Amino acid sequence: MDSATKKIFRENFAEINPALRPEEAVVEANRCLYCYDAPCIKACPTHIDIPRFIKQIASNNLVGSAKTILEANALGHSCARACPVEVLCEGSCVYHDWQEKPISIASLQRRATDHANATGLRPFKPAPDNGHRVAVIGGGPAGLSCASYLRRLGYAVVLFEKHKKVPGGLNTFGIAEYKMDQKVSLDEIKRLFQLGIDVKMGVEVGRDIAPERLLKDFEAVFIGIGLGETHSLGIPGEGLRGVWDALSFIRFVKDRDLGPIGKSDCTVVIGAGNTSIDAVTQSKRTGAKRVVMAYRRSEAEMGAYGFEYALAKSDGAEFLWHASPVRILGKGRVEGIEFARTKAVGGKLKVTGSTFKVACDRVIKAIGQTKHFALAKAFDLKLASDGRISVEPETLRASHPRVFAGGDAINGGKEVVNAAADGKRAAWAIHRALQPGVPAPAGNDYWISTIDGRKVAPIMPKLPSERTKAHG
Amino acid sequence: MADLSTDCAGIKSPNPFWLASAPPANSGEQVMRAFEYGWGGAVWKTLGQDPAVINTTSRYGAVDIGGMKMAGFNNIELITDRPLEDNLKEIYEVKKRFPKHAVVASLMVPCERKAWHDIVKRCLDTGCDGFELNFGCPHGMSERGMGAAVGQVPEYIKMVTEYVKEKSTIPVLVKLTPNITDVRYAARAAKQGGADGVSLINTINSIMGVDLETMKPKFAVGGKISHGGYCGPAVKPIALNMVSQIATDPETRGLPISGIGGISTWADAVEFMLLGSSSVQLCTAVMHYGFRIVEELNAGLEDWMERQGFEKLEDFIGKTAPSVVDWKTLNLHQKTVASIDHATCIGCDLCFVACNDTAHQCITIEKKNGNRKPIVIEEDCVGCNLCSLVCPVDGCITMAEIKTGHKPLSWEDYTKNGFAGYKEVYKRMHG
Repeated sequence: MDSATKKIFRENFAEINPALRPEEAVVEANRCLYCYDAPCIKACPTHIDIPRFIKQIASNNLVGSAKTILEANALGHSCARACPVEVLCEGSCVYHDWQEKPISIASLQRRATDHANATGLRPFKPAPDNGHRVAVIGGGPAGLSCASYLRRLGYAVVLFEKHKKVPGGLNTFGIAEYKMDQKVSLDEIKRLFQLGIDVKMGVEVGRDIAPERLLKDFEAVFIGIGLGETHSLGIPGEGLRGVWDALSFIRFVKDRDLGPIGKSDCTVVIGAGNTSIDAVTQSKRTGAKRVVMAYRRSEAEMGAYGFEYALAKSDGAEFLWHASPVRILGKGRVEGIEFARTKAVGGKLKVTGSTFKVACDRVIKAIGQTKHFALAKAFDLKLASDGRISVEPETLRASHPRVFAGGDAINGGKEVVNAAADGKRAAWAIHRALQPGVPAPAGNDYWISTIDGRKVAPIMPKLPSERTKAHG
Repeated sequence: MADLSTDCAGIKSPNPFWLASAPPANSGEQVMRAFEYGWGGAVWKTLGQDPAVINTTSRYGAVDIGGMKMAGFNNIELITDRPLEDNLKEIYEVKKRFPKHAVVASLMVPCERKAWHDIVKRCLDTGCDGFELNFGCPHGMSERGMGAAVGQVPEYIKMVTEYVKEKSTIPVLVKLTPNITDVRYAARAAKQGGADGVSLINTINSIMGVDLETMKPKFAVGGKISHGGYCGPAVKPIALNMVSQIATDPETRGLPISGIGGISTWADAVEFMLLGSSSVQLCTAVMHYGFRIVEELNAGLEDWMERQGFEKLEDFIGKTAPSVVDWKTLNLHQKTVASIDHATCIGCDLCFVACNDTAHQCITIEKKNGNRKPIVIEEDCVGCNLCSLVCPVDGCITMAEIKTGHKPLSWEDYTKNGFAGYKEVYKRMHG
């Protein structure tokens, strides 16, 4: 990396949420009220027992705290940085009702898992091999989560990842670099792989190995393949140099390889979701002088979270609302983009006759990803109308009795934590499908109890005494 | 403007705030600095016979609770480790410069008449305002037959107090140890020996913890520890009880008290005074924040007195003591029930789990549509206070008095006639 690039990453990509100092963490941990049946646990898709791990930090039991987190969420180390906690755990904290700052759950989670990571903690062991084999397709969050819990249950797991060298999917390549650098994801994966997952890198199911083969060689298959390429705009000029899809652009930033990105006087980002924001902020931070985010609908209809939008604003981005791209201009490479103004008529978006041009040298498309129809079809799976794989909500079993699925492939594109929760749910469902009635081996009860959230107070039998209440 | 001056057992000071006999009052330089900040008096770090003691390194320890530093504090430091003559000279100099401030000499020598007579005579020449006999120090010196070893035997307390009174021309306070079954016996002995007042509590026997990595005691001296004296905010309720016991005991009622034990704020001090203390002594809070805290001690006390319409300390000293009574006289027909303000409730549900798991199962939650607001089952509520204690929101849970219409009934009255009407009374009380 040249010194200019180093400088860019040092100055513009400092972690947005730096680690808490140990004393700070204890003070923050002590603010937690330890709510009964806490809303934060419910708000977390993996149902981490948040008050418990926080009190473990308060009592200096960082290893115990990390275990509580990683039991419920195999990707807890990444989620401490990648999660949009403002709309999940922290967003549900009762401190909001008090008009006070919620507990910094993400920072505390990070305190515990950073410690575990730094000390090389290997919190869990695989159960003795049970003789059953499961294939996991996709080494992203859903697949990693599912594979790790299957190993803990004693299953032999072969994980197929199409990337030649680096696993982790969007957890490794898709989280804005100022939120989480790649090392966090890779450290997490290293810890999970230590459970004994047989990883086949550079193998794309459907291309390198046939789905029928998997169904023959394995008793169950978990599909965690995420989404496909970024949607095309379907307008002239998309083939010009300087036109990017957001995920490829972000991937180069994640690799800290700014050469292919080049310099930009003006970048236009098409779309207004959270990925669009990541493209906007990272364009700005890698040196684009001017960054314009264009959306065909209104500000109010933007898909990005409010706090993400605020970040883009504070990074100095400009915004174009009601602007629908018509064509990308240029000879060989991008020189500008032409938009049609839109307006909502009776709840429907209409293109008006008026158009305008924005001079720019880079266009980044961030308008969502396609679905992997081909693979789903190859397994002969039933799909929802929008192309997501249909599954039973309890078990995540797809229309084929031995095929399960989770993550973006079934939800159309959510968070790492949703994928982690799906992988966990599917692992337990696969166990029940392959070994009905067989209890989980020792050491698995806790995470299984977190799949649907922990039960609150047990209901005890009524005793015969007339007075059961301790009023005396 | 309220008059903060006090007279505790004949020892006068411009305000009731004294430095306790401890490291903050170890030297003339410190005491004078404290007076400049506004302290009313100082009880000098305990004087003893030469040669002076030798202290260990690693002398203090603390417990931090929930992020609060030094919620409890302890020490294994002995009495002054400076030569007696140095201390006496400094006391003389301080008194000369601060004639209106109280300088009290704390004393500890072996239980021999001559030893006590000698030190009393030498101290009288300094012009100090009073003596405090250290019968409380629980560590080290007690192994040598002094400090708490005296305070734990009422006969010794009386005997040594008499020795001192034989020679002293100034007021004598006896400092009591809490490491005893019933502090009233010690206070009575002090009074019988002629003490002009008592000061309490000294520190409580304590071990501050064990290091879980080394499995050695915390704050150890070369890996070993000796029990130390515990003090700081955590001990205040224990001290308040002992102060009130002496203030209400028929044999010691009216005996001047200098209150000590976990006082950090003016409000803590007022509590000690309401229960009968005419001066208060502080140490841990001073060791935490320095002498400057006295500025707020004085200002806060004065503001409170003005708010209450008190002009001088005697207007309220001991005012609350008569309200501390035997359990058997409490009204069993008094009824309060918890009342939860749903407008301020934040839904942490700590009251629910506390009541349901550990108290009397009188709070419920109708969990519909994500509702988390707890409801008190009034007919079952026994008014124990627990929910209001765990509630993090000030004023959200209050204990409301319920008029029952029943005449007051104490256990004493009730049992006078051999549990007459037991069933009716039980039913009335417990529903």
